[in-house]
Amino acid sequence: MNMSTKIIARAALLGLAFGMTAKAQTTLLNASYDVGREIYAAINTAFVPYWKEKTGQDVRIDQSHAGSSAQAQAILQGLQADVVTFNQVNDVVRLVEGGLIQPDWNTRFPHGASPFYSIHAILVRRGNPKGIKDWDDLTKPGVEIVQVNPKTGGNGRYAVLAYYGYALDKFGGDEAAANDFLKNILANVVIFERGGRAATTAFTERQTGDVLVTFESEVLQLAADPNSPYEAVIPSSSVLSEFPVAVVDHVAGARGTVEIAKGYLEFLYTPSGQEIIAQNFYRPRDADTAARHADRFPPVNAFEVDERFGSAASAQAKFFDNNALVDRLLGEIGARR
Amino acid sequence: MRDGPQEIFAATKSKPHLMAYPSTKKKRVLPGFGLTLGTSLLFTSLFIMLPLTALVVKAASTSWEQYWGYISDPRAIATYKLTLTCALWATLINISLGFWAAWILARFEFPGRRLLDAIIDLPFALPTAVAGLSLAALTVPAAPIGGYFAQHGIKIAYAIPGIVLAMSFTSFPFVVRTVQPVIEDMEPSAEEGALSLGAGPFTTFFRVLLPQIMPAIFAGGTVAFVRSLGEFGAIVFISGNLPFRTEITALLIFIRIQEYDYVGAAALASVILGFAFVTLIVMNVLQGWHYRRLAPI
Repeated sequence: MNMSTKIIARAALLGLAFGMTAKAQTTLLNASYDVGREIYAAINTAFVPYWKEKTGQDVRIDQSHAGSSAQAQAILQGLQADVVTFNQVNDVVRLVEGGLIQPDWNTRFPHGASPFYSIHAILVRRGNPKGIKDWDDLTKPGVEIVQVNPKTGGNGRYAVLAYYGYALDKFGGDEAAANDFLKNILANVVIFERGGRAATTAFTERQTGDVLVTFESEVLQLAADPNSPYEAVIPSSSVLSEFPVAVVDHVAGARGTVEIAKGYLEFLYTPSGQEIIAQNFYRPRDADTAARHADRFPPVNAFEVDERFGSAASAQAKFFDNNALVDRLLGEIGARR
Repeated sequence: MRDGPQEIFAATKSKPHLMAYPSTKKKRVLPGFGLTLGTSLLFTSLFIMLPLTALVVKAASTSWEQYWGYISDPRAIATYKLTLTCALWATLINISLGFWAAWILARFEFPGRRLLDAIIDLPFALPTAVAGLSLAALTVPAAPIGGYFAQHGIKIAYAIPGIVLAMSFTSFPFVVRTVQPVIEDMEPSAEEGALSLGAGPFTTFFRVLLPQIMPAIFAGGTVAFVRSLGEFGAIVFISGNLPFRTEITALLIFIRIQEYDYVGAAALASVILGFAFVTLIVMNVLQGWHYRRLAPI
């Protein structure tokens, strides 16, 4: 983005901000990730009376959902979101680099500003006809995998990190073997969907593929009904996915919504907020809430991206950048076909 | 529908119904030439040339080696092949089906004709993502239509036929809407003359009618082809997006944007733009050649 477009964008932002000050106290826009619809709809319903009781203020929360990378991009280009609730730290970092969020965002709220977490898990069809028990079953020839495109969605990137972390453990840190393992799984992918919800639709409505790899929250929800045509398979180890939240300082500051934005994100950490989170199949941070729902969330060896791969940025560079590992492996798979 | 897309090929043929460029000072029959020309030039520049120039400038902001690296990447080349092949198939389908639809609409009066006429334009009105989702829903093996083809070993959704289907769906109206007015306007005298001079119906169709319709078919087909090259919304929902197999160029451009690699995206976009431009020029030249060949008639 060059200087002049920046100026135009800022002028547009300012104009929007002026236009909105009249009702600045009444609405909040939450830009969220693709499959965050249900949980944030439930949070919003609970937050409105909570905030009314606490401050006497009437507030309306608007939601916007898309892949979190696309959301970050939209906000950089002027989407007036007061808070972001993403499924990837990288995308918040983009907004920090763009000057819209202060660099200390991840210390402003507990647990690295991630009020809940999930892992990546596997959804199979009822009866588990392909006998899928863990990640290594996905390398078997003939297993058709549906997942999100790691190039277009955080959901897909987590899937790749889950495979790779598992492989590193399995092969005692042998990267060449882990690369092969990852390649065998990627070769079994029949659909790289653009976003999490699209992947779910392809697997359920379109009945394509033997396994769907996505967030445990999505997997558990789809398998929750006893008559569900699907079963959840929780792997022995998986990547811990954080759901970072942040106030978009630049926007909230201009719109005068900083207090509501902070209150909204703090609500996620309250016992009632954590309960809604657990009911929506995300793993809560609060120990009491977690204990109450222990049957729902089997223990799993969950590793953090930072701990296993250095940092989100170095994982991005190693796996997902243009011509990084995933592109190279996909290239080898393409050449083999 | 008087000015269908065939107008873009107007340049090569002298058109007696158009006014010759008015020499200065001479009184014109129609007023406002300067104003209308100025306005249309301004809007053409603003709406078409400005974004395209920005794109070319972005793509040119890199070194030649780097640009070549972007556009000659094997994965990118696989997407060009796929996009061009599918667009070609989609265009062939649209030409055959579109011609018959136009013929029926222009030549016959039947109950429901006006409804059919209106339905033709629906693909333009429908958001392309909705089109892609609906087509995928119909053509997966679990659905009746997809199931029928799956029994015969043909995979449509999440395979190449799905891409062709999405492309033909979104560009279908172009051929119909270009060909239909030409068929409606054809002078019956040539046809009657041919028949009365003893030509059979086949000869009349292929030697007398088809040459008159051909330019419109080419024009509509070209626009449909070029439109298919850039289609994104409908395709990503039905293609499966597997690199080297069902990944179209528009998706790779989208991926580059997701990587914040705007120059890479612009470089790939310039290739698609180049294909579109070359197609338009080649068709324009063919069109001129066809008109010259027809001229003695």
